[in-house]
Amino acid sequence: MSSQALVEIRDVNFAYDRRPILNGINMTFPRGKMIAIMGGSGCGKTTLFRLIGGAIKPTKGGVKIDGQIMHELDQKGLYEMRRKMGVLFQFGALFTDMSVFDNVAFQMREHTDLPEEIIRDLVMMKLHAVGLRGTHHLMPAELSGGMARRVALARTVALDPMLILYDEPFAGLDPISLTVVGNLIRRLNDALGATSVIVTHDVQESLKIVDYIYFIADGVIVAEGTPDEIHASDMPFVHQFVHGEMDGPVPFHYPGGRYNQDLGVRV
Amino acid sequence: MAIAKSLRAIGRRSVNAVWRTGYATRFLLLILFYSGTSFRRFHLTVKELFSSGVMSLIIIIVAGMFVGMVLGLQGYETLKRYGSESALGSLVALSLVRELGPVLAALLFASRAGSAMTAEIGLMKATEQISAMEMMAVNPIARVVAPRFWAGVISMPLLSALFSAMGVFGGFVVGVVLIGVDEGSFWSQMQGAVDFQHDVLNGVIKSVVFGVAVTAISLFEGYDAPPTAEGVSGATTRTVVQSSLAILVLDFILTAFMFRGD
Repeated sequence: MSSQALVEIRDVNFAYDRRPILNGINMTFPRGKMIAIMGGSGCGKTTLFRLIGGAIKPTKGGVKIDGQIMHELDQKGLYEMRRKMGVLFQFGALFTDMSVFDNVAFQMREHTDLPEEIIRDLVMMKLHAVGLRGTHHLMPAELSGGMARRVALARTVALDPMLILYDEPFAGLDPISLTVVGNLIRRLNDALGATSVIVTHDVQESLKIVDYIYFIADGVIVAEGTPDEIHASDMPFVHQFVHGEMDGPVPFHYPGGRYNQDLGVRV
Repeated sequence: MAIAKSLRAIGRRSVNAVWRTGYATRFLLLILFYSGTSFRRFHLTVKELFSSGVMSLIIIIVAGMFVGMVLGLQGYETLKRYGSESALGSLVALSLVRELGPVLAALLFASRAGSAMTAEIGLMKATEQISAMEMMAVNPIARVVAPRFWAGVISMPLLSALFSAMGVFGGFVVGVVLIGVDEGSFWSQMQGAVDFQHDVLNGVIKSVVFGVAVTAISLFEGYDAPPTAEGVSGATTRTVVQSSLAILVLDFILTAFMFRGD
């Protein structure tokens, strides 16, 4: 399995100043698979996402992608690696001063010498794949949230990346857009033969489309498995997370002083 | 205890100021290092020239015209006391070309284009557009910042020249057309008093220096802005305040070197 792995995360630790965020994370993402990284807000999943993308360096351990350790790459090496990656940001991060067409064409123009006619055909194909060919002349401000996410998806796969990272791709979407984006992510991954990593806390949608799931809490992996294994899990954390229960291993109350003291009541 | 606390606060502010100055200098050097793209793909710079230069034309033309008209009025009133009304042309032209043109055009540029640059880059950062560009293996300093920098540096002397020209025209309208100063004296005095190298060229040098300062401050503040609404608004305010102060301080220094002993 390891020889077929595109991404290997080995004993990764990370801290902001002295505040530990991740502690001894080990993960393996096989080629062609879709992996979800889940956890509550502030659990460290976005930090892990940034580590995989090479935006930050681990304090210990390393992330190896396609045989290369990310934090050992110089800027040129990092940029070469990023050309093989696609990243979908939480709210799309479309360039607001460019049209939909120019957004999707952006990487093609930056990284290839393709003639404009071929770029036009490729952009139209990418937009057709997400069902938005008719929006090529619109500006991002003229799109709905779901449409913007789909355009961003088309831009993410513009250069047929081998690894696609999704940061909260379902955040803020209505149920129809959510299903559409979820299905598109799965279809595009299979069509491109890419490996996808989805950082999310949307359990139900993710369980429908991914192959494997890691749960993170307090900077460590607390559970992992296939969607069926996760559904069947009787681990209290997984149960609370999957069923959205208010209290459990993840407490409802943020740690604080005694309630009666805060209310000024003497007992 | 209170003294120690105050000393600590002063020390912290001093360290922050030094650190920020170093960071800003490094940022400027990075812009220069990655400026190749701005010239190889000049259409990127031309696009920004339109945003920062062409879009500032109206305010520069109107302000230049009115400043020249006020100069015409005030200058005439003062010169009349000494019977030197015919020198109005040289007074208006020298004031504008040496000082008011570069300084006021730079102040207006900082308020209009500089603040817009800061807000745009700050919002690009807040909405993860800068991060997206980095993740697409595109250097945002080369692609976004450097073209804006060179657009600012190129457009500043042009706007300053336009400001001065409109000011001279305003002075002419008030002095010659409305008050009745002799037209021949107005233009010939101006022609005789204004030296190309000493006055015009020094004015151009000033406006280039102001262009570098204002654009660098605007871009740095935008790039360094915390990615929040409050952070971007604070950065925009700092751009206008710091640019204005930088223009006035630099103007004094440059004037001291250029025109001392005149």
